[in-house]
Amino acid sequence: MNILTADELTKSFGSTAALQGATMSLERGEILAVMGPSGSGKSTLLHCLAGIFTPDSGEVWFAGRRLDTLSDTERTVVRRKAFGFVFQFGQLVPELTVADNIALPLLLDRISRKAAYAAAASWLPRLELDGLGARRTGELSGGQAQRVALARALVAQPKVLFADEPTGSLDTLTGELVMDLLVGSAREEGTTVVLVTHDARVAAYADREVTVRDGQVVDRSGVKVEVSR
Amino acid sequence: MNVPTTLLGLLESEPSHGYELKREYDELFGAHGRALSFGQLYGTLARLERDGQISVYGAEPGDGPERKRYAITASGVTQVETWLAEPEKPEPMLQATLFVKVVLALLSDRPAADYLDVQRDAHLDRMRELTVMRKAGPLSRSLLADYGLFHLEADLRWIDITTARLDQLRNEIAR
Repeated sequence: MNILTADELTKSFGSTAALQGATMSLERGEILAVMGPSGSGKSTLLHCLAGIFTPDSGEVWFAGRRLDTLSDTERTVVRRKAFGFVFQFGQLVPELTVADNIALPLLLDRISRKAAYAAAASWLPRLELDGLGARRTGELSGGQAQRVALARALVAQPKVLFADEPTGSLDTLTGELVMDLLVGSAREEGTTVVLVTHDARVAAYADREVTVRDGQVVDRSGVKVEVSR
Repeated sequence: MNVPTTLLGLLESEPSHGYELKREYDELFGAHGRALSFGQLYGTLARLERDGQISVYGAEPGDGPERKRYAITASGVTQVETWLAEPEKPEPMLQATLFVKVVLALLSDRPAADYLDVQRDAHLDRMRELTVMRKAGPLSRSLLADYGLFHLEADLRWIDITTARLDQLRNEIAR
């Protein structure tokens, strides 16, 4: 059953057409890699699927609900409650501790401090961050910071995890650890994952991949994808 | 390197003499594989003729021995078509074969980008298998999987950059 669908999305920035009829869908629990060269529109597609950008035309559906026509406030609620995000850089608050950063989405959602910090603490060993809860995130290595970002993205048990080049700033071995933990945690939680990457080694962790080329999604035979909702 | 099918691919655009065929082969692919010896060339042409994939188009008398002119048959065209469309088994050091396929596809106005897409998918499928193998361990097996993954990744980068430059290459090799 599809959890997330994009149908004929278009999106332009000034005179640049980033998406030109992008169509794709994901099944619940699936890990999908979105590949494509720089400037192909893959990050714009992720931002539209996640309700961060509104497409100029076309439709985005999440769990049977149309996302692109919701108000900004309603979309913000969906993003906070149902989606988690991991990006390449700069997503943690450096002045706060590891535990503070992980607990943040729950605190914003008005979960009690005790419950939020207990949930945060439960993620430390799962992501090999034992003993680092009190450390400020500005003092962490790149690989540790990405694992904290992953814990923060998953702590509120999102339905969909959006990861945009999550290992882009890491060396090969550190990147592999992050991907092992990302995929392992998503499978345990039953989280659907949209993984944007230009790196084939990272894409190989996914169940399947699609390629974005010139703002359109092409399937394995190089044909533009058509889906029905 | 599949020499017989490569020769068929070169003959597809126009019939040719053995000598011209060798010159063209060496010019396009000699640097990436090995220059073709006359023995190998004429042996291969004889086998292709025996198998009905080429026919002798005409023999032109000259100063020396008669020069045979070779033309591809319908069965030869089918062989080229099948070879181009079928992905190679993803394994290290494929570049020479993939390069030949791209050049022949462009020379014959076939969809080179589609062939590269199919190859790309075959590579990604294999990378997924190796990723599972790497995770299952033990380390000795994981490292072996890593070796394969790095080589396939290099192939994929080549496939991506070639896909982006197909128009340029088409202009460069246009006859």
